[in-house]
Amino acid sequence: MHNINFDVAHLLAGSILALSFVLLYQHRITSMLNVFALQAIALSLSVAWQAYIQEAPHLLVTAGIALAVKGIVIPTALHRIVRRLGIHRQIEEVIGAGPTMLTGLGLVALSILLVLPAGQTVSLLAREDLAFALAVILLGLLTMITRHNAVTQIIGFMSLENGLVLAATGAKGMPLVVEISVAFSVLIAFSVFGIFVFRIRERFDTVDIGALDQFRGERRDQT
Amino acid sequence: MIPSLPSVDISSIIASIAAFWSQLPVTPLQAVLLVPAVAVVLLALIPGYRFGAFLNVLASGLTFFAGASLLFNPRYRTDILIVDDFNVYLVTLTTFVAFTTSIFSASYIGHELETGRLTPRFLRYYHALYQAMIGAMNVALVANNVGLLWVGLEVATLTTVMMVGIYRTPEAIEAAWKYFILGSVGIALAFFGTILVYLVAQEVLGEGLQAMAWDTMLKSAARFDPKLLSLAFVFLLVGYGTKVGLAPFHAWLPDAHAEGPTPISAVLSGLLLNVALYALLRFKMILAANAATINAGLVLIVLGLVSLIFAGFMLYRRRDIKRLFAYSSIEHMGIITFAFGMGGALANFAGLLHMTMHSLTKSAIFFAVGHIAQVKGTQRITEISGLSSSHPVLAVGLALGVIAIAGMPPFGLFTSEFMLVSSTFARQPLLAVALVFGLIVAFGALILRLQDVLFGEASGPPGKVKATYAPLFLHLALVLAAGLWLPEPVVRWFRAVAAQLG
Amino acid sequence: MNLAMIWELAAQALQMLLVLALAPLVLGVTRKIKARLLRRIGPPTWQPYIDIWKLLHKEAVLAHNASWLYRVTPYLLFATTWVAAALVPTYAINLMFSWSADLIAIVALLATGRFALALAGMDVGTAFGGIGSSREMMIASLAEPAMLLVVFSVALIAGTTQLSTMASIFINGSVGLRVSLGLALFAFVFVAIAENARIPVDNPATHLELTMVHEAMVLEYSGRHLAMIEAAAALKLTLYFSLLACLFVPFGMATGDKNIDSVLIGLMTYLAKILVLAVLLPIGETSVAKMRVFRYPIFLGSAFAAAALAVFLLFVSRSL
Repeated sequence: MHNINFDVAHLLAGSILALSFVLLYQHRITSMLNVFALQAIALSLSVAWQAYIQEAPHLLVTAGIALAVKGIVIPTALHRIVRRLGIHRQIEEVIGAGPTMLTGLGLVALSILLVLPAGQTVSLLAREDLAFALAVILLGLLTMITRHNAVTQIIGFMSLENGLVLAATGAKGMPLVVEISVAFSVLIAFSVFGIFVFRIRERFDTVDIGALDQFRGERRDQT
Repeated sequence: MIPSLPSVDISSIIASIAAFWSQLPVTPLQAVLLVPAVAVVLLALIPGYRFGAFLNVLASGLTFFAGASLLFNPRYRTDILIVDDFNVYLVTLTTFVAFTTSIFSASYIGHELETGRLTPRFLRYYHALYQAMIGAMNVALVANNVGLLWVGLEVATLTTVMMVGIYRTPEAIEAAWKYFILGSVGIALAFFGTILVYLVAQEVLGEGLQAMAWDTMLKSAARFDPKLLSLAFVFLLVGYGTKVGLAPFHAWLPDAHAEGPTPISAVLSGLLLNVALYALLRFKMILAANAATINAGLVLIVLGLVSLIFAGFMLYRRRDIKRLFAYSSIEHMGIITFAFGMGGALANFAGLLHMTMHSLTKSAIFFAVGHIAQVKGTQRITEISGLSSSHPVLAVGLALGVIAIAGMPPFGLFTSEFMLVSSTFARQPLLAVALVFGLIVAFGALILRLQDVLFGEASGPPGKVKATYAPLFLHLALVLAAGLWLPEPVVRWFRAVAAQLG
Repeated sequence: MNLAMIWELAAQALQMLLVLALAPLVLGVTRKIKARLLRRIGPPTWQPYIDIWKLLHKEAVLAHNASWLYRVTPYLLFATTWVAAALVPTYAINLMFSWSADLIAIVALLATGRFALALAGMDVGTAFGGIGSSREMMIASLAEPAMLLVVFSVALIAGTTQLSTMASIFINGSVGLRVSLGLALFAFVFVAIAENARIPVDNPATHLELTMVHEAMVLEYSGRHLAMIEAAAALKLTLYFSLLACLFVPFGMATGDKNIDSVLIGLMTYLAKILVLAVLLPIGETSVAKMRVFRYPIFLGSAFAAAALAVFLLFVSRSL
């Protein structure tokens, strides 16, 4: 017999995962930001639902932070930064959308196969949530790898952090210390990102990571 | 094999220190955390860089005093913070190296301002970030809560990222960006591993803070689910292993060392790598208490050997002097990881000793490298030569440092390496062969480069070394002293921790 | 011939005629809502009926090199689509011919119709027909696997591919809100958009070379042939709506014996669902732009990925 609570929790986690997939093949920065904002909203809904079924009202704080910071503030701020940098018209060649999606599918399969069989003592709900969270993390990693542009790498990283928050709230009863620290790290990471984007821009007049490549390591032609 | 002198009467020293602290409103533990926090705020607000540098030194000195006082205080635990045998010596080491590096930095920075590589405003950020990093590392070391440990390491990483990029040259930004991306991914995976550990622990210990505390987890570790715990360790290994600089996760390390300011290279090599390894070791202890988990020791041995041999070969082709010593850091962290992977009383002792000696020696070498870079104006090895004729004192310092790091007697690194090789040979002779092979490869490269730098025609503009030699020679003296004799309390202390490590 | 059998036959016939009568209305509602959203008044809601009536009375003009296939295709298309639409449970399950209502069979019927249409598009030899046919087959080659995976996922949950049985299992509510069903729904919506030639895949109101797919194939048709094809297109849209309603929101359908009350309730709920979908479709259409042809693989690939994920989840877990 199906427990409606579990089902809704899984549905919300599954929607976050589906949005991670959608994030993989977006090729315009503005559309990526919108999908990321949607994912953050789905995350806040998921955390709020966890707060309800775990009877842990402090999780609502995390849900609120996720909604406010990652769903609203960061996307609007990044939209403005993108506009100011003048890169909102750039079309990014996503590295092979087809193979990327297949790799994404493989990563999801891998994460489910890794987490679900392990730990029979942990409850099934927690394990399934954790499997989804790991899948979101790995997909965020894949997004970062397949991108050239600094801003889109940032978005990939933040979707990775969404997966982390999903994992943290799925683990029942994790103390508030960790949640505050997760939110705190989001804020710090964003400020660092902002500094970097501007530094990269003013140094290179572009945010294309490929331009950084020529400064990598020790080149053979340098003696 | 280590001759010990009759123990000095330190009970009177302990009593006076305890009396001093009882007059203050804060305990040493709180001071270790609060002094850097206050210093961050102050340094961010103070505009003058000379006063900022002085304040930096002062704050680091106070933190060191508090850290050293922790040695003599009774051991202490709450669910959030813990001071036990293992981390107290690391706290002392960290605060000490931070203190000497701040002294070096204070004298080094003046030159950076003159050459225009840094502006006064960025110096403010630099000092504030330095204290933030120290504070974060202390938090990570004294944390009993695995989440708090993670937060400390993350903040330390972020501050060092910003400091690596502080010169704002294209190379620096590239290095900082690479460090940031790799470090963040590592941190994220480590967090996932932390969550898994909590899940495993809360099944046995119930929900709440006690399921995240080291000591309570260690006591019940035998009842944890082995498969999930092994999975968690894999994530933690990849995540924190990236911060330790183990191959193949080391890609950020050479660039970050080469492009950041020299005091930061010293702190990265000497301290941050240690703290990350400390985190890994704590988890390894939990894993070791559970018999059905994967053999964490074996994994550490493999990673350690790979890092050692890989870094040893990479040393031959390096053209930038800081990059050379960055690879040397990877090599030594490989040796330390190997030691802890072997396990057992002797190997653990060797690992602990090596950690300490490496911190001191590597930071000393980076001090010397900083002096060299300043007087020669370049970091490329081919453009640096004739140091023995142009700057003899510096040449002696560098030579002693390189000899020490290459593992020659009578320095302390020789002691630890010898102990490790002999204990490995007694148990797994083949592994000992691999270990010695790696050591010899690295030794060759280092001595070759040293000759290139020391002898030959003096290159570059003649000029005096502006920064102070004191930290460099102090570290080397300590390493030499440790190689000759270790005080009995220190030996006992290391032995206790080695036993705890299992 | 006892009363029960006549009653069954009447119920089945009602379903067949219902979809046929409803299809142009669905199309009309969709167009009307779309026009309103675009701040036009738009044609009257029953305009498609008038169009079909008008077309039936017009002369069918054929190219002189059109083969028998060209003349047969409209009827074939209409027949297969009508049969498929009539088989999907609308207001009641376990009707007389529902034993043949296998989901894979329905997919095959639609594929047959599409195949015939594609051939007919190339039959006369005009350039536009060729463009339409090749684009249509590309979309089909991407959408079919996704559709089949959706079929697999719902079949794995229900344990059968027979639509009536599936609907009855889903009505019970023992299935619950499963992630794999959510993913299958996501994939199904994308596939439905592609198959019915709706924005963002194809614009049903355009005749520009750059943008048309379905319209290109039927460009040469006129008179009663065109009427058949228009009716088939409307039936296809109604079919997909009914399929969505039957698989994902089957509540309200008449199960068990078909007395007047349950039939009426079934009819009401069915009409309501179809209407809701007919309103949601233009809202979705007006909020996105038509995508370029080379983006189709990504669009349908994501549907494929979602459906594949749904199937995979069903294999590894009992409750997902």
